[in-house]
Amino acid sequence: MPANRFNGFTDYGVGIGLRVPHYQHILEKKPVVDWFEIISENYMIDGGRPLTILDSILDQYRVVQHGVSMYFGSADKLSREHLRRLKDLVRRTNTPWLSDHLCWGSVDGTYTHDLLPMPYTFEAAKITAEKIRQVQDFLEIPIAVENVSSYAEYHLSEMTEWEFLNEVVEQADCGILLDVNNIYVSSQNHSFDPHTYVNAVPAERVAQIHIAGHSKFEKYILDTHDHPVLDPVWKLYARAIERCGPTATLLEWDDRIPSFDEVHAEALKATRYLDAAAQSPLAVTA
Amino acid sequence: MSSLAQLQRQMATAVMRPLTRSETTRQRDANGRSVAAEADSFIKPNDRLSSFERLEIYNRQYWFRLFSSFEEDFPGLRSIVGSRRFNRLMRAYLETNPSRSFTLRNLGSSIVPWLQQNPQYAEPHTESAIAMAALEWAHIEAFDNARLPPLAPDAIASLGDETQLALQPFVRLIASPYAVDDALIAIKDNAHAAGTQASNAVTLHLVRRNRSRRPKREQIHLAVHRHEDTVYYKRLAFEDYQLLRAFEANATLSDAIDAAFLDSSIAEADRPAHLQSAFQYLMQMGWLCLPSATEQP
Repeated sequence: MPANRFNGFTDYGVGIGLRVPHYQHILEKKPVVDWFEIISENYMIDGGRPLTILDSILDQYRVVQHGVSMYFGSADKLSREHLRRLKDLVRRTNTPWLSDHLCWGSVDGTYTHDLLPMPYTFEAAKITAEKIRQVQDFLEIPIAVENVSSYAEYHLSEMTEWEFLNEVVEQADCGILLDVNNIYVSSQNHSFDPHTYVNAVPAERVAQIHIAGHSKFEKYILDTHDHPVLDPVWKLYARAIERCGPTATLLEWDDRIPSFDEVHAEALKATRYLDAAAQSPLAVTA
Repeated sequence: MSSLAQLQRQMATAVMRPLTRSETTRQRDANGRSVAAEADSFIKPNDRLSSFERLEIYNRQYWFRLFSSFEEDFPGLRSIVGSRRFNRLMRAYLETNPSRSFTLRNLGSSIVPWLQQNPQYAEPHTESAIAMAALEWAHIEAFDNARLPPLAPDAIASLGDETQLALQPFVRLIASPYAVDDALIAIKDNAHAAGTQASNAVTLHLVRRNRSRRPKREQIHLAVHRHEDTVYYKRLAFEDYQLLRAFEANATLSDAIDAAFLDSSIAEADRPAHLQSAFQYLMQMGWLCLPSATEQP
């Protein structure tokens, strides 16, 4: 299960997001880390320090690309310039798979720079799946789509979010980056059982899992990536690993970023779930 | 138009609608229509939040993200116009110049022409504000623009007078009536000295609290460039600036040299030595390349 065609038949362990405040520590101390996830857009540039740093990281570590602005779900056509730059980066990093979000965020060439929720309709699923296929064909590597956290739902929706995710990945024949924190955040904002979501995901398509922290407000939960992972999210993670087997796992920490060691220690808490799954037979049950 | 495209246009319009002064979602759109009624028409409410409140989460997130990026890119501009005016300027600019790029890096790309067309937002310091904005945008470009194969140091001797040369994309040129370089360095040093390495959020907070630091009036010519991954501001002699401007426009070697000494106070006899020194520096820094290298594939 961990190595499948959606993650390039790799068997990665626990990684963390590569972030600017940790550059110096990583390059000087060379800590042992299974892999780093980079935000593709930060390196889709023509030159300068970010690329120098990236090349140094690539000399010593495995790197996987994660995007935030492909907007598979936008009704807009794909941007050729974006794809060209992305492919240049793919060649540079040799990422075994590439992920981006199951969302939209641009209209008529204007970008919101947000991960806006999809209307869960058959029409949207078809349009989105077609774009994922186009990107997959162009980049020639497996694509995994990530479920986003959301704060709004549309009247237009014809199915649940997990039904929509399944519809898209089946039509696109792509992988899933399962973000269990996002599932938890959305479950609280939209009043559904997060375990129903995790149990409904096709385990054989899960290429990678994201874990992260969030913030509770009076009437909703916000996906802030500025805290350690909370207990309900670990429970969902445990269930996901139970279903999917030991899967490449990545901790996202994007705001109020603590020391590298603190972030890494938080990520390594996932190891006990992965070790347990590795020692027990898979139970892929609904 | 597909129903997906229709919904996305409706949602994007609502998400990008300007906030109120107290940074909440407006009750009415520009045509006086109820935003709550609009939100009800396409967003489901839940047992805790109305459709309007759910829209407001995205509306505020959109603007806060843009504000944060713009503030981070233009601390010098903020320092010149002051915090209150900067907030007005930033909102007006972003309302008319939303992001047209997949990266927020390009958010401020139109700030200089926009300020030239809308000087009232920087008054009474319009001239220095425009100069500072130009420097800050040049800094962004110099930070990550391409470094193309430079002209080899020994190649210059074999070039003919009619050979066209180009300036490397990581070198940006500025002519300013204010010493904006000194002012911006002081602003950044001040923020750095105050202990701003922990996070950008802290940086912005401290920059905001600084007293206004306006540049001295002084005509300067600058090359904003990258060397070993660090951006530097190098003051240039007027003649060197003119020479580089000509190369920036892909001039021939002889035309660039003519341009360098137009209106120059350097005596004819001293010009060869000046040129030799200038080209020695340009070759050493790798600032020149062939125009073909700058053409995108």
